[in-house]
Amino acid sequence: MASGLAAPTRPIGLRGRLSDLLLSRPGVLVLVLLAPPLLWLGVVFVGSLVALLAQSFFSIDEFTGLVVREFTLRTYGELFAPANFDIIRRSVLMAAAVTLASALLAFPIAWYAARYARGRLKAAFYLAVMLPLWSSYLVRIYAWKLILAKEGVVTYAAEATGLMPLVDAILAVPGLGGPSFSVSTYGTFIVFVYLWVPFMILPLQAALERVPRSVLEASADLGGDPRATFRHVVLPLALPGFAAGSIFTFSLTLGDYIVPQIVGTSTYYLGQVVYVQQGVAGNIPLAAAFSVVPIVIMGAYLMIARRMGAFDAM
Amino acid sequence: MRSLSRPTAVVAVAALLSHSVVPVAIAQEPLQAIGDGEGEVSIVAWPGYIERGETDKAYDWVTSFEAETGCKVTVKTAGTSDEMVALMNEGGFDLVTASGDASLRLIAGKTVQPINTALIPSWSKVDERLKAAPWHTVGGVHYGVPYQWGSNVLMYSTDVFPTPPTSWNVVFEPMDLPDGKPNQGRVQAFDGPIYIADAALYLMTHKPDLGIKDPYELTEAQYKEALTLLREQRKIVHRYWHDAFIQIDDFTNEGVVASSSWPFQVNILKSQGKPIASTVPAEGATGWADTTMMHADAPHPNCAYKWMEHSISPKVQGDLAAWFGSVPSNLEACTGNALLGEEGCKINGLDNFEKIRFWRTPVAKCATQEACVPYYKWVTDYIAVLGGR
Repeated sequence: MASGLAAPTRPIGLRGRLSDLLLSRPGVLVLVLLAPPLLWLGVVFVGSLVALLAQSFFSIDEFTGLVVREFTLRTYGELFAPANFDIIRRSVLMAAAVTLASALLAFPIAWYAARYARGRLKAAFYLAVMLPLWSSYLVRIYAWKLILAKEGVVTYAAEATGLMPLVDAILAVPGLGGPSFSVSTYGTFIVFVYLWVPFMILPLQAALERVPRSVLEASADLGGDPRATFRHVVLPLALPGFAAGSIFTFSLTLGDYIVPQIVGTSTYYLGQVVYVQQGVAGNIPLAAAFSVVPIVIMGAYLMIARRMGAFDAM
Repeated sequence: MRSLSRPTAVVAVAALLSHSVVPVAIAQEPLQAIGDGEGEVSIVAWPGYIERGETDKAYDWVTSFEAETGCKVTVKTAGTSDEMVALMNEGGFDLVTASGDASLRLIAGKTVQPINTALIPSWSKVDERLKAAPWHTVGGVHYGVPYQWGSNVLMYSTDVFPTPPTSWNVVFEPMDLPDGKPNQGRVQAFDGPIYIADAALYLMTHKPDLGIKDPYELTEAQYKEALTLLREQRKIVHRYWHDAFIQIDDFTNEGVVASSSWPFQVNILKSQGKPIASTVPAEGATGWADTTMMHADAPHPNCAYKWMEHSISPKVQGDLAAWFGSVPSNLEACTGNALLGEEGCKINGLDNFEKIRFWRTPVAKCATQEACVPYYKWVTDYIAVLGGR
């Protein structure tokens, strides 16, 4: 019987050996599994970023317009030229305003969905939030252009209700107004908020669902009125949700180059400048320097967001 | 449709500045006789320039050519002049529909070959004004067959202007329009740096002291003056248009009454029964002209010649002009084409040729001045103008 317990007599095939190798050396297994995604990240993602970064340290020759492949910080200096800095400031302010408005709009919706909606209602809620994402982004922007047009629904409604003087007063605000909503900064803002608000609602709802009912009850038992409960209990617990949602709304607004082209005052935002500088002007160094701007801003933003626990709610 | 990419095209002149043209072949003698077709021909073209009825069944000028000659047509569309030059430098193509700036770069780079006009029977029918145009004829040698051309026009609402405006000042300077209301917020301008040339063209008439000889060749002082004009214009502009369909919508729903535009938008708005017309004011206008050119190493020269002949036949020219809002290079196309209509050529700008400054890339070394402001500066400064700086 001893012979039955001896080493297997069947020769080990290639597959067998391979399986032995992977089993006895877990490191190899990890390497095999991770190599393709790591290569992808390293070559395609980081590689292209590095190429971009390198371009931004070149400059364009004032006279010939050719790219000079020598290290210089002059292109970054150009970012601070008044016209260019305007664009950066405009984009960041817009992104911040959109984020704030999305948060204000999203909270009641997310609160209702997380606390009160049940069963079918909850499904309907998810559907309602996601539904706009099923149709083309361009179609929705064009639809808004029509809604906000001078002869569009908004003006029509204002005229019918006698609110036209109010609309005119709003549009007369210098810096924000314009001939009509669809060619004013308001228009750009409204469309951005409309587009990105679902990305704020969903993480916020996830965060609010994790707030145990008992905590709210405890707050009430300890004599906290609804306002105190909201400020000292709900808001801190919802903060990671806000932070996660704001990453989407902020970065999506910062990089978008379609909305301001269709609805707005024709002033440029970051994405458009990058597009025009590289595609039309052939000024690739400046385009690269401009695309580093959102990377830097988002880097700082993500660091702050992580401190606030944004990634716990994703 | 090409009209849609035209903004990019018109504007995307750039890489003249950033590309170095790679010569791929030495100049060679043109073909002396056309042999049998090679069975195919490949063309680099603007989107919408070579239609085989896939977008709209009525617009098809490829199928009949393939049936007649046995040359199967493959089209590679390119959205910008830079892309066209890059594709041609890469090689493997027979023909390209090159615009004003690309054509001279291709000739200088010896990427395209001279053509033998004797092998193109319809050559005699080409508009005399285009036969030796400087954008495809160098030193008396023809490097291509004119395809189509067009101009920017002043589109206006006939409700507001009972008589056509005679000057571009209605879009450049604050004023009251004939309906008694100011033009502020009711006019548009083009969202592309090449529009600086439109301002320069306007200044040629209105500030002759500046000594502008060519709107694409501006000295620092002339350029500054053009920017000043554009900054003033910023205050009255409703929107800088960029997408033809957005402009159409703005004339329909936004109360816009005058703007620099293309015949394409004018035709669409008219077909919708809107009170719209267009004109080329006294100052003239900017425009574009395209040429079918043949690669120096064209793999299918016989089919390429057959296509060049086909491309200027009245049917193709008329259909294309109707599709695109451009003007034929073969004027026989202007009569008896169902799609274009009897007035089509005139509407698209046939009589405006002399008034048009065909667009080119502004370069630092220019002919009419000592030194000019190059295109990449136009881009940066135009963005600043749009931003209100």
